[in-house]
Amino acid sequence: MTTHYLVLSALLFAIGGVGVLVRRNAIVVFMCVELMLNACNLAFVTFARQHGNLEGQIIAFFVMIVAAAEVVVGLAIIVTIFRTRRSASVDDANLLKY
Amino acid sequence: MGEAITFWVLAVVSVAAAFGLVFSRKAVYSALMLGVVMLSLAVLYAVQEAPFLAAVQIIVYTGAVMMLFLFVLMLVGVDSSDSLVETIRGQRFWAFVAGLGFAVLLALGIGNVVIGAPAGLSGAVSQVGGNVPGLAHLIFTRYVFVFEVTSALLITAALGAMVLAHRERREPKPTQKDLSRARFLGDHPAPLPGPGTYARHNAIDMPALLPDGTVSELSVNRVIARHDVEDGHLPNDPRLAQAIRNVAEAGVRTEQPKVVQAVAEAPEVPVAERDKPAAARVPGDGPVEEEGK
Repeated sequence: MTTHYLVLSALLFAIGGVGVLVRRNAIVVFMCVELMLNACNLAFVTFARQHGNLEGQIIAFFVMIVAAAEVVVGLAIIVTIFRTRRSASVDDANLLKY
Repeated sequence: MGEAITFWVLAVVSVAAAFGLVFSRKAVYSALMLGVVMLSLAVLYAVQEAPFLAAVQIIVYTGAVMMLFLFVLMLVGVDSSDSLVETIRGQRFWAFVAGLGFAVLLALGIGNVVIGAPAGLSGAVSQVGGNVPGLAHLIFTRYVFVFEVTSALLITAALGAMVLAHRERREPKPTQKDLSRARFLGDHPAPLPGPGTYARHNAIDMPALLPDGTVSELSVNRVIARHDVEDGHLPNDPRLAQAIRNVAEAGVRTEQPKVVQAVAEAPEVPVAERDKPAAARVPGDGPVEEEGK
């Protein structure tokens, strides 16, 4: 059964990666990054159960914290970019200036 | 057996929802699909002897993070749809090839490993009396430094979000006096004609007819006009339909810049010093000079 969970995790990770590469809307790109983080968490939880110790779950917990902090800052950046460029497309933010 | 059924149902649901997240045209649908994935993963955590993580997943991810995503989506504008223009030629095709190759590679790698029956967490958990006490024991002994660093990270993130999202007000807030002066100096001192005045309908999207029989484009809200044009709900009368189309094509016509501009163009009316707003008393820093630069 562990293999099934790991394959599901790999699938979700790959789908999230394709989304990051394909989508142009910065918010959707962010959602795909979240999907990849969630897939990693599933792998961590699966390995914790496989090896019979709780450390995998601890790591998954810390990944969740980091993901939450990342979402807060990332969305603030997207809002700032939207204010200056009136667009949330990642193609429009191609000039490294304020 | 029960776990297998749960797994297969949720695996199909979550993979389908993940595809929906990547391929749906509208960003709100993507957000809802991500919510479905997160909820199914929470159930999978619960099945895999991680009840605490399942609860945290639902509270933090589907509760806080998804709410934040939807909030920013509404702030940025739901109708800001993706452009279909590829900036790099063949990027989409090669992205799919890369994703497929990566998935196959990972799956083969996992499939090659012989994985025995899971050890299960009952041994590790029974020593400390439950999943949550076990996690607490680890967090506050071996990982206590990481835990403390995490609090610094969260404070930094909150501060960063506040700094990034903050915007300084460049000009003083227009007072009621400024607004009314701008209105009387602008194009329409009187309120705009309401929809349906002298018209054959009293629907909100019908332009008003002026007393001389002409159609008033000012009476239609541009958002409603745009919906009418997009959905094809135009009236039969060609004059009314043309008026609605004109309003819809007028595009983004916000009132705020007009007011600010009118304030800027307003000649300095001599007013008693005590009537001026506090910010305007500073010489050279009033709203009129600020906009005129």
